Amino acid sequence: MTWFIENFAFIAGLTGKHVVLSVIPIGAGLAIALPIGWLASRNVRLRGILLGVGGVMYSIPSLPLFVVLPTIIGTGILDPFNVVFALTLYAAALLIRACADAFSAVSPAVLDAASAAGYSPAQRFFKVELPLAGPILLAGLRVVSVSTVSLVSIGALIGVSSLGSLFTDGFQRGFGTEILIGMILIVLVALAFDAILVVLARILMPWNVVLIKTARGRA
Amino acid sequence: MNLVAATFEWLTDPAHWSGADGITTRLLQHLGYTALTLLIASAIAIPLGLWIGHTGRFRSLAIGLAGALRALPTLGVLTLIVLISGIGLMPPIIALVILAIPPLLAGSYSGLESVDRNTIDAARAMGMTEGQILRKVEIPLAAPLLIGGIRSAALQVIATATVAAYVALGGLGRYLFDGIALRDTPKMLVGAVLVIMIALVFDAVFAVIQKLAVGGRPATGQ
Repeated sequence: MTWFIENFAFIAGLTGKHVVLSVIPIGAGLAIALPIGWLASRNVRLRGILLGVGGVMYSIPSLPLFVVLPTIIGTGILDPFNVVFALTLYAAALLIRACADAFSAVSPAVLDAASAAGYSPAQRFFKVELPLAGPILLAGLRVVSVSTVSLVSIGALIGVSSLGSLFTDGFQRGFGTEILIGMILIVLVALAFDAILVVLARILMPWNVVLIKTARGRA
Repeated sequence: MNLVAATFEWLTDPAHWSGADGITTRLLQHLGYTALTLLIASAIAIPLGLWIGHTGRFRSLAIGLAGALRALPTLGVLTLIVLISGIGLMPPIIALVILAIPPLLAGSYSGLESVDRNTIDAARAMGMTEGQILRKVEIPLAAPLLIGGIRSAALQVIATATVAAYVALGGLGRYLFDGIALRDTPKMLVGAVLVIMIALVFDAVFAVIQKLAVGGRPATGQ
């Protein structure tokens, strides 16, 4: 506890870095997965291919990917962008499936009704399809959020600092308290992200309280 | 791409294949850790998951526990356990086992849950004992999800065994960390590429086994 108080500024800085390194991949992953998942929900053959590619991407271990990426995309080995890029790939890979399932679950009759009522394709997507796909999207997003927050810490092994640096530092100094504090903080960050997602979903989908609760059961 | 050529040269140099730090040794170590971890974790998690799935007891506790374990950062679990229990083969393996348990547990109880209750009632009505129901009805029907659990556990272990080289375990992760420390990029890349290849091969093999387990039946809960 004294260690925590004495090093508060250092730990707060690492927490901030950890949050930034997690938020970007989750947001970017969703932005990539939404259109791809939507396409996959429209075409069965495309769905098989896209989900297959996503599955293979997700099965690539994180640390080797962090190490190989600089060679492929031409960044420096210590560049935090490697971690952000790799985690974006994982987030997108998982979310493509969630998006495809979410959009497939929207009843075609409702979409036809929206078109008949005079919605343009864009209006129909944003005002009808996306809100109705919301609960399943949320369930996927919650899984991605927890795993991304946890994976960011692996970046510490290639020198990208985050709360994971408390693990490497604590291990090298033989100081278990530091590792324990790192674990507690990472779990707290994950819980905070989860709470924010649920609150956001309630604000954006106030009619969906029951469905959001079921989504929690799935996640 | 000079680096690619250098990496390929490193990989094909016969001198890098033999000896205590040779590719053959490191590869076998990596596969050995993975097999050992999966064996221990399966022996704990699969019977437990089957029991929970069959009886329905402690279900919410198991879901909560598996979820909480999954949220723990792997690097933290590894470093803390090794720090507490010392260097050697077993401490990192214990950490790997802990991390492999959630997917195995989830695979086995959700597999049993996916079995239609009517089928189980029919088996019971035909006079099968609880043990027979489990062995002859529930496990075969749950097989695809059960194997799915083993598949994700195996991928998790292959990935984390790489990270475990940081806490002085052998395996292909050694190339990564030694390569980074010595600024020997080809060595580092060879380690990374080999681990990725093992993961992809495992994933593909399990995908085939899963398909076979589904057999002619329509897949449930996939």
